[in-house]
Amino acid sequence: MGRIGTIARRTFLIGSAAIAGGVAFGVWRYRTPHANPLLDGLPEGAAALTPYVLITTEAITLITPRADKGQGAVSVQAALIAEELDVDLDQVETDPGPPDPAYYNTALSGDAVPFRSTDDSFLAETARTVMDAPMKFLGIQITGGSTTVPDGYEKLRRAGAVARETLKAAAARLHGVAAADLRTERGAVILPDGARLSYQSLAAAAAATDPVTDVALRAPDQWRLIGKPMQRVDILAKSTGTQSYGIDMALPGMVHAAVRLSPVQGGTVLRHDARAAEQMRGVLRVVPVTGGVGVIADNTWRAMQAAQAITLESDPAPYPADMAGHWQTLSESFTPDRQDSRLRDDGDVDKALAGGADIEIEYRAPYLAHAPLEPVNATVLVTDARVDVWTGTQIPRFVQKNVARIAGVDTARVHLHAQMIGGSFGHRLEDQVVRHATELAMAMPGRPVKLTYSREEDMAHDFPRQIAMARGRGQVKDGRIEAYDLGIAMPSVMASQMGRQGLPVPGPDLQIVAGAWDQPYAVPHYRVTGYRAPELAPVSSWRSVGASSNGFFHDSLLDELIHAAGADPLEERLRLCSHAPSRKVLEAVGEMSGWGSALAPGRGRGVALCLSFSVPCAQVVEVTDTPAGIRIDRVFVAAEVGRVIDPVNFEGLVKGGVIFGLGHAMNCQITYADGATEQRNFDVYQGMRLYQCPEIMVRGLENDDKVRGIGEPPVPPAAPALANAIFVATGRRLREMPFDKFVTFA
Amino acid sequence: MQLTVNGADYPLDDLEPDMPLLWALRDVLGIRGVKYGCGIAQCGACTVHIDGEAVRSCQVAVGDVWGPVTTIEGLGTPRNPHPVQAAWIAHQVAQCGYCQSGQMMQAASLLAGNPDPTDQDIDDAMSGNLCRCGTYPRIRAAVKTAAKALKEV
Repeated sequence: MGRIGTIARRTFLIGSAAIAGGVAFGVWRYRTPHANPLLDGLPEGAAALTPYVLITTEAITLITPRADKGQGAVSVQAALIAEELDVDLDQVETDPGPPDPAYYNTALSGDAVPFRSTDDSFLAETARTVMDAPMKFLGIQITGGSTTVPDGYEKLRRAGAVARETLKAAAARLHGVAAADLRTERGAVILPDGARLSYQSLAAAAAATDPVTDVALRAPDQWRLIGKPMQRVDILAKSTGTQSYGIDMALPGMVHAAVRLSPVQGGTVLRHDARAAEQMRGVLRVVPVTGGVGVIADNTWRAMQAAQAITLESDPAPYPADMAGHWQTLSESFTPDRQDSRLRDDGDVDKALAGGADIEIEYRAPYLAHAPLEPVNATVLVTDARVDVWTGTQIPRFVQKNVARIAGVDTARVHLHAQMIGGSFGHRLEDQVVRHATELAMAMPGRPVKLTYSREEDMAHDFPRQIAMARGRGQVKDGRIEAYDLGIAMPSVMASQMGRQGLPVPGPDLQIVAGAWDQPYAVPHYRVTGYRAPELAPVSSWRSVGASSNGFFHDSLLDELIHAAGADPLEERLRLCSHAPSRKVLEAVGEMSGWGSALAPGRGRGVALCLSFSVPCAQVVEVTDTPAGIRIDRVFVAAEVGRVIDPVNFEGLVKGGVIFGLGHAMNCQITYADGATEQRNFDVYQGMRLYQCPEIMVRGLENDDKVRGIGEPPVPPAAPALANAIFVATGRRLREMPFDKFVTFA
Repeated sequence: MQLTVNGADYPLDDLEPDMPLLWALRDVLGIRGVKYGCGIAQCGACTVHIDGEAVRSCQVAVGDVWGPVTTIEGLGTPRNPHPVQAAWIAHQVAQCGYCQSGQMMQAASLLAGNPDPTDQDIDDAMSGNLCRCGTYPRIRAAVKTAAKALKEV
């Protein structure tokens, strides 16, 4: 089969994964817009101009369907609409909108095609375009993959422009003037005589006007908001304790619930004893739920106390009981029959290494909990007519479907009210808590039931980041890297995660090699192979997904080879780099950090680069080996995102991503003993604390013509940059996370 | 049993005295700016003041409360923010924001007792408050801004 045939087959496999369930798609259908969900039950005199702009006589509401987990998604979506609508953020309300296919995410599919993001060939672009179609057809409304900005960048501005031009057309008709003679500013259409007609006053007329869809987007030099510092719409509430999260839900007649779950992930409870719990103060009901037992009480503390008093016995874990078994499974997965992909195979690695390798190394990355600070929670009210759900989620349409199935009602009767989320990092791509809350609410119809997981249950049942192992070898010659061969073994995150939603994922799982096969280097003999390990503990997407482990593996091996060659770590990366934007971020951190300048004894500087979610991000970490342990002094970061939408939020997200990457690399892991999670609270899952936080310098580059998201890309390079710096400072090479198994941090 | 919270008195005769103050505030009194994060004094999201002192409300039994309680709602309001809150707004500290009530209560307590904290003082006072989003650089900056503002009051 020729190259086009191979690609078409791969593309189809990936495409059909997204359209499992038997739907087919055609271009004609893709081009037909989804119905506008805001038109359902729209009050008289209100206008829903596109699914993203709702104007009533009282208010302008911008619909921001991507979930805000702290990354500022609501603000950035609102700003993109407001830019073209000519409103300011202080004039509008925002609303997450209903779960609806109109709010599909097409940017997610970009990472599902087997082309490096640096590949802008016709074939690669065609495959990406084809992948958009099933995403839209299925209406996959997902927040993830750093896609909110790339997905909305044009779509949301266009929605704002359509609404603006429709309002102008309505005003033109009402006042008998040409639309071309009108302008707009701060939420009003301005007539030629200077009179201001607020958008609200035009709502009824606009509703009766055919939308003007032939609109041109403004050039960047006309922008009022994009690229300038913004105040996030949630900052006042979040600075005064007045922001309400899902956990803060309060409804008349509401009762409170907690769960006691099998200590084993996915375990079935064989028997339980709740006699003591049933006698405890405030307990209303004890209800078995999938994989555990729930308690409904008159407040959360009483429910948690009672849940704690339940004893239960469950069947053994479907995965190895102890960590030695998990590592052994990975160790045995580097075999031809487990080979999942070999998308990078340049030169002839076998021939180059026929005489033996200069370096042969094994790397390890542990399971990690997402552990956002707000424990997962959901409030559910079951009545005869409908089911209402209040929760924060990244997968609203899956939640709706699952609640409908559990409650035995039609999906259309499930009403999801999206709540602000107190951190996620991928945690809210799972919906077990909503399923449990629905099971509990069905036991008390007519009463809203708020289920809050205790921190212990949340962490023990946090579908963690994948465990992963890598084996690398390579060869150097005349001060240069000649051959690089990396194999990575892990269970398939996509299969585990999508399996819980009943969706099969045929074809290779590109996350097994993400952050490794797609790196922007040209090594003469260069190979990256993915091995799909058997399913172990259930795993899920954790901030930067495959790249969170693979960025460490890939860059660590590169750094070891560079040191073996006796080359300069930055110079050799630059020499090998085959992608201009990646070269620029490396050059940027070199300049920012004064790379090459002398450091005092006991100090070390390490550089790393990882290209993930189409964003090359380079970091230089500086450490000092102090008597109290390793201190991280400074971090220099540069990332290429095409366009920085809000420099304030951008800088915050980059620093947060660096801290997330460093903190977990320092001291976090999830381990199992007798099948049970050993880390159940922050006393043994510390992450970075404020006193350990380095000074972090950030630079966003805007050379690329495509705009990208920044939520995840700063995470993968942090761990290898830290390990590389520690090597320079101490001579000790760290090949397994967390690093505090081997060194102490000050 | 009676609690004074943000200047208002609440009779709590029917409550078991060993219920943590955190849950009495959130579920009994409906004061929800105070957050549950860990329940074992490891994250600081539940930090409130008792008699001006920052404490983890998940570790104080409601029957043991020794003075008036101040929560984030009592520190300042959206219309009239406390200088610490004003600094948090100016620096746009919050990402998810869930830990920030506790962070601000901890910072306000630090600055009430130490108007001119060194970097080390800030590290020492603020390191028991966990932020999973990684807003530490802005927390440090906001504490310094708030310290300046409080001295000018």
